[in-house]
Amino acid sequence: MNSEVFIEVFRDPWLLEWRSSLLLVSMGWLVAIACGWLGVMLLLRRIAMMGDTLSHSLLPGLVIAFLITGSRATWVMWIGALVAAGVTIVLIELIQRYSRIKADAAMGVVFSFMFALGVILITLFSRQIDLDADCVLYGELLYLMVEPGVHWMGVTLPPAAWLRMVVIAALVIVFILSLYKELLASAFDNDWAGSAGLPNRFTHHTLMAILSLTIVSAFEAVGAILVVAMLVFPGATALLHCRRLPLVLAATSFHSLVISLAGFHLSIWLNVSMAAAMATVAMLWMISIWSGQKIKSKKKDNLTCAT
Amino acid sequence: MSPLEFHDLTVSYRQKPVLYGIDACFPTGALVGIVGPNGAGKSTLLKAGMGLVPMSSGWVRFFGEPLAKVVRRVGYVPQRNAVDWDFPVNVRDVVMMGRYGRLGLFRRPGKLDRRIVEDSMERMGIGNLGSRQISELSGGQQQRVFLARGLAQQADLYLLDEPFAGVDAATEEAIVVLLRELKQQGRTVVVVHHDLGTVERYYDHVLLLNMRLIGFGPTQEVFNVENLRQAYGGQLNVLSRLALQRARTTEG
Ligand SMILES: Nc1ncnc2c1ncn2[C@@H]1O[C@H](COP(=O)(O)OP(=O)(O)OP(=O)(O)O)[C@@H](O)[C@H]1O
Ligand SMILES: [Mg+2]
Repeated sequence: MNSEVFIEVFRDPWLLEWRSSLLLVSMGWLVAIACGWLGVMLLLRRIAMMGDTLSHSLLPGLVIAFLITGSRATWVMWIGALVAAGVTIVLIELIQRYSRIKADAAMGVVFSFMFALGVILITLFSRQIDLDADCVLYGELLYLMVEPGVHWMGVTLPPAAWLRMVVIAALVIVFILSLYKELLASAFDNDWAGSAGLPNRFTHHTLMAILSLTIVSAFEAVGAILVVAMLVFPGATALLHCRRLPLVLAATSFHSLVISLAGFHLSIWLNVSMAAAMATVAMLWMISIWSGQKIKSKKKDNLTCAT
Repeated sequence: MSPLEFHDLTVSYRQKPVLYGIDACFPTGALVGIVGPNGAGKSTLLKAGMGLVPMSSGWVRFFGEPLAKVVRRVGYVPQRNAVDWDFPVNVRDVVMMGRYGRLGLFRRPGKLDRRIVEDSMERMGIGNLGSRQISELSGGQQQRVFLARGLAQQADLYLLDEPFAGVDAATEEAIVVLLRELKQQGRTVVVVHHDLGTVERYYDHVLLLNMRLIGFGPTQEVFNVENLRQAYGGQLNVLSRLALQRARTTEG
């Protein structure tokens, strides 16, 4: 990378267009934190697939909401997506309760069914529908820059999608901190937590409700791929090197920042979508943390051998 | 009021019954050993009591009430292998979970809870391991952590599933001391136990189980050749024959 490119990729965004740069990076961070914190809870419960499942299952909800109302307004899509998420969660629970199918298989079954249903509906009614499938899957953070800011009491605030994401991220953090005990105990030892009188079902259902809300909001802003990536990467990376849950959550927030900042610059450098760049960076970042871990533990082993 | 009462309890896994018509009323302050061969339904009995497996008939009462009403007075210590030991918690975190049930929603552990947690770890001889990540523990230490979590619950009735499995003599001794202490404090303790050779020394009551209730009562009345033969059938191994021998000599 010569110095001209360097300046263009790393300096100019912050010098010439710092407002939109800040908007984009902070949006990436908000999504990554909200998804990352929830992702930690999913990983600890061994249902990381839940994010994948939910985000693919929204499709028929979007299509049906559109077919019923003929509108593509945000709130219509929202309701369609939330209903689809609710149906998905209920189906998974029913399958698990009434058959011997385990959680991961139940999620796989429901998610392929829902996605297929969405595809069939789109094909059947293709004349009425013009949902942009690419946009649904990959999303485009850059739309944030063309979206007008919200005017409120004479000041121009950032766009509505950004404000919504702030609320969602705050909700996720408040939820996890206030149900910390219940989430921790039921993830560690579900049966025991139930025997000790902790409200396992309430905890699980609240987690699922907030997860659906987060996925639907983030999905609209950044697309399915990034949502799924952020549900897994920051948390999985933090779990590689942290031994206690509070540290895991702190590290998840830090990794989220690294991923969105580096993803932003990578997307400018290669001129690609920021969501895809963030997902790529997340993988590279996880590999570097993991290699760092390996090298460190090797050194330690050598030391102990030497003494 | 009996701390634990089973009435006509029947449990089936997928139509196949594994416990039939269990009737038992546990006296307050008893130290009870549940004894029976592998697959006899010992773990299932405890789990059904705690509402972790559905029962197909009968009922269970704790202190004369359904479990939900008195859940804070009951401490269940499951078999050790049931959890992911790589979980990002340290010993102190796990023992603190024992306080969660009493705290209720949205309340955080306070000074008293932290003191009780330290005391419980101290009593189980793991006071110096508080900051250890749980994957770095030996099997015996893991068992002590589970028991310390139970202690932190400050329950009046304890149900322990095989606390002696895979622990060394020192840990076994520590657990026995703990059981006697709990009994002296007037608490009722029910333990699933495997080693027939130590039953008479450890427990004042015995419940012999093999899908049905074979016998239940004070150890010297129930723990005899006839009942053991009924419970174990032809499966009595050398060790248990030894126990029988002893049971015979004490009788004679
Ligand atoms: N989840 C399950 N699904 C189906 N059958 C089960 C399940 N758990 C236990 N069983 C069956 O129930 C019976 C009683 O099992 P349980 O675990 O209660 O026995 P146990 O007395 O605790 O045995 P052990 O001494 O081996 O611990 C066994 O025949 C077992 O095969
Ligand atoms: Mg058992």
